[in-house]
Amino acid sequence: MGHKSDLCIRIGGEGGEGIISSGDILAQAAAKAGLEVLTFKTFPAEIRGGYAMYQIRMSSEKILSEGDGFQVLVVFNKEALDNNINKLKAGNVLIWDGPEGGDINELPEVPEGVIVYNLPMSKLAKVDLGVYRSKNMVCMGALSELFNIPVDRLKEIINNRFGKKGQDIVDLNYKALQLGIDYVKENHQGISNPYNVVAQEQNKDVIIMSGNDAVGLGALMAGCNFFACYPITPATEIAYWVAKHLVKKGGTVVQTEDEISSIGAVVGASFAGAKAMTGTSGPGLSLMTEILGLGVMVEAPLVICDVQRGGPSTGLPTKHEQSDLFLACYGGHGDFPRIVLSAENVADCVDLTIHAFNLAEHYQTPVILLTDGSLGFRTETFEAPDINKVKVVNRKMYNPDTDGEFLRYKFTEDNISPTAIPGMEGCAHMQTGLEHNEKGSPNYGPVFHTKNTEKRFNKIANAEDFFESSHSDIEEGATVGVVTWGSTQGSVREAVQQAREAGVKVSAFYPKLVWPFPMKAFNEFLKTVDKILVPEVNYQGQLAEIIKTKEIGKEIIKYNIYGGLPFEPQEIAKKIKEVQ
Amino acid sequence: MATGIYAKGKEYKSEVPPTWCAGCGDYGLLNAFMNSLADQQINVNNTALISGIGCSSRFPFFIKAYGFHGVHGRALTIASGVKLANPELEVVAFGGDGDGFAIGGGHVPHMCRKNMDMTYIVMDNSIYGLTKGQMSPTTTPGMKTSTTPYGAPDNPINPLAFVLTYGATFVAQAFSGNPKQMRGLITQAMKHRGFSYINVISPCPTFNKQDTFDSYKEMFEDLPEDHDTSDKPGAIAKALDRTSGKLYSGVYYEDKETPTFLDRIAEQRKTAGAFDFQKILDIYRP
Repeated sequence: MGHKSDLCIRIGGEGGEGIISSGDILAQAAAKAGLEVLTFKTFPAEIRGGYAMYQIRMSSEKILSEGDGFQVLVVFNKEALDNNINKLKAGNVLIWDGPEGGDINELPEVPEGVIVYNLPMSKLAKVDLGVYRSKNMVCMGALSELFNIPVDRLKEIINNRFGKKGQDIVDLNYKALQLGIDYVKENHQGISNPYNVVAQEQNKDVIIMSGNDAVGLGALMAGCNFFACYPITPATEIAYWVAKHLVKKGGTVVQTEDEISSIGAVVGASFAGAKAMTGTSGPGLSLMTEILGLGVMVEAPLVICDVQRGGPSTGLPTKHEQSDLFLACYGGHGDFPRIVLSAENVADCVDLTIHAFNLAEHYQTPVILLTDGSLGFRTETFEAPDINKVKVVNRKMYNPDTDGEFLRYKFTEDNISPTAIPGMEGCAHMQTGLEHNEKGSPNYGPVFHTKNTEKRFNKIANAEDFFESSHSDIEEGATVGVVTWGSTQGSVREAVQQAREAGVKVSAFYPKLVWPFPMKAFNEFLKTVDKILVPEVNYQGQLAEIIKTKEIGKEIIKYNIYGGLPFEPQEIAKKIKEVQ
Repeated sequence: MATGIYAKGKEYKSEVPPTWCAGCGDYGLLNAFMNSLADQQINVNNTALISGIGCSSRFPFFIKAYGFHGVHGRALTIASGVKLANPELEVVAFGGDGDGFAIGGGHVPHMCRKNMDMTYIVMDNSIYGLTKGQMSPTTTPGMKTSTTPYGAPDNPINPLAFVLTYGATFVAQAFSGNPKQMRGLITQAMKHRGFSYINVISPCPTFNKQDTFDSYKEMFEDLPEDHDTSDKPGAIAKALDRTSGKLYSGVYYEDKETPTFLDRIAEQRKTAGAFDFQKILDIYRP
């Protein structure tokens, strides 16, 4: 990569010194300039201190993943330099805080061909401006000058962000910007670089938002009217979003004392007729599994979004991992199924949250949507969704004129029993976590346990036909088919592009529905390849193991990383070439 | 009379026969509760009875209303979801001392302090009955149970003091042996806006041979006529008072002023602004 239509800027520094806000501003400026944007952030689990990183990828084309590293590296401190210096390649740009004022006294040797700009941002902010915390704005100014980022756009964003705090604050930020611009003009005229942000004509109605916010937006669009939550990184932003916006539409949001209470409230709300949801991460989902089983037993439509993080235990709260697939698909005691979806990108977070509600309502069962920390935090540009075009599905309600006697768990042809909610006349009934008869009364006999177990499994068996549950990208003559789930799908899409550009034939299968796995579509896909490669950010190869149980008769090659970071497309492209 | 409302208590009884042992204190509550429903002219179609797991948690099966029998210890969490999703419903949660104060004890304080709009009735028999006689959170220290063959080593909790401390706004105690008083207390609790708690001393004749109807009859006394139900410290003092060897039934405490959870969120909703989808998207338009 590295050509000017696809630029990736990485800013590293200490958590709490404005890395995140400067990244946000830069991302917004790029989006304002009509570019596609995809950001990637990592930060420590602590509020202050530790290494934080914000990467902004901007392109004239649709961006599929975090990409293969950066072209421009900005380091606010020595730790950021140390963390990234070995990733610098010829042609990259390095901007560092120095030679005075910061904690990098002397720049170590960098690879040949790296274009280096010093920028004493700490000194400029502290000494020249007198406000150290404006360091990030000094940096923004320098970046706008170096890469032609429209400074008007930056000022507009600063005005929008800080206008409420008063003109003094806005002016201070403008001044800081100018300091950065001037420093570059005065000191670096002689050093050119090939990167130039070229504004694009944007004729779509574009929004830029994070995966977590997008889940909230999807919930709102799907008609969610009840959300219970317990704070947990990296999922809490979903709660922030719905707490702010869902209530405007009449919804109710409640913060409970723990995740058990959240899922309990969600089951109760669903029983009362609400479209109910909770958002959590792995530790929370672990606590919820008992009531997840209850939800399946009573056939409650509900949605759980698990924004996965590194585990086990407290693990890596702010880092990337896709290791809750087994928990989502198999977690809980007893013998029961559930529907599991996984989102690839931010737009998917909107779409799949809507599908999650529709599936839950149609099949009267819990649906788990898996996203992950990097997807939850990252922001992306995508076309604004239209709430008027959303297809909203509601649970099948009992109709006394056509359904005969009301039986909550009536055996029907499609295994879906018309239901009733409190308030409906003549339908008062019991729901219980005990095995039950059609009426809902406890019954532990072999007939009902057998029939109901089958009912619970069979009713969702064809969930893959309910929506566009997978996407096959088949290249004729390819022997390898790449299959993965979640946000790794973006890295695979980009890797597939790279491989094909390099003349390697490869196909790929992208399931949105991971349980029950879309076997009809997958079997069709499998006819076209000899083996499958399954890259996953977990040790066990959780999807690969699930696919193994399907006895597909093809070689399954696992490819696993588990360092708390997502795949780079080039790693997968290399693997594709290796195994073809 | 509209469908779902009955003139007599026994008409609220479902066709499911109770699963309790003969002589169980829970029968007393069942009768008192049904009579209270008739007294209040409650419509079963608008009523949701929620429970956890245990002998007493079978309670909702025996009433004609909507009911939900969940998992152990979580009745309150489910009940809160029901009420919040549809505030028009009459929501009553049921459970035992183990369900409510052992496995579910983490939820009680939060329903109290939220002042969640519902009634919670605990049938306290100081033993786990359904699992055949283990020590519960209200078992008397030293009592021999199947898990404590040499005597219970734990100190018991005091449910009344517990809920009073955490902010329940209606707190009463009833005795299964006095269904007439209980019937009135249930009506008062259900009519109260906010979180109402009734501790029902409901002896288990099968697994708790120490705390019997007869022993309780000796101990029970109405709260004195001059008991001030608006005095929380006084109510807590009465709840903790063991010096007299007496147990008091009646209304310990009632607070009609503190807003309920639903009151508070209804107020807040007014400040959230009108729903405008495009305005929300505007936040994210670059």
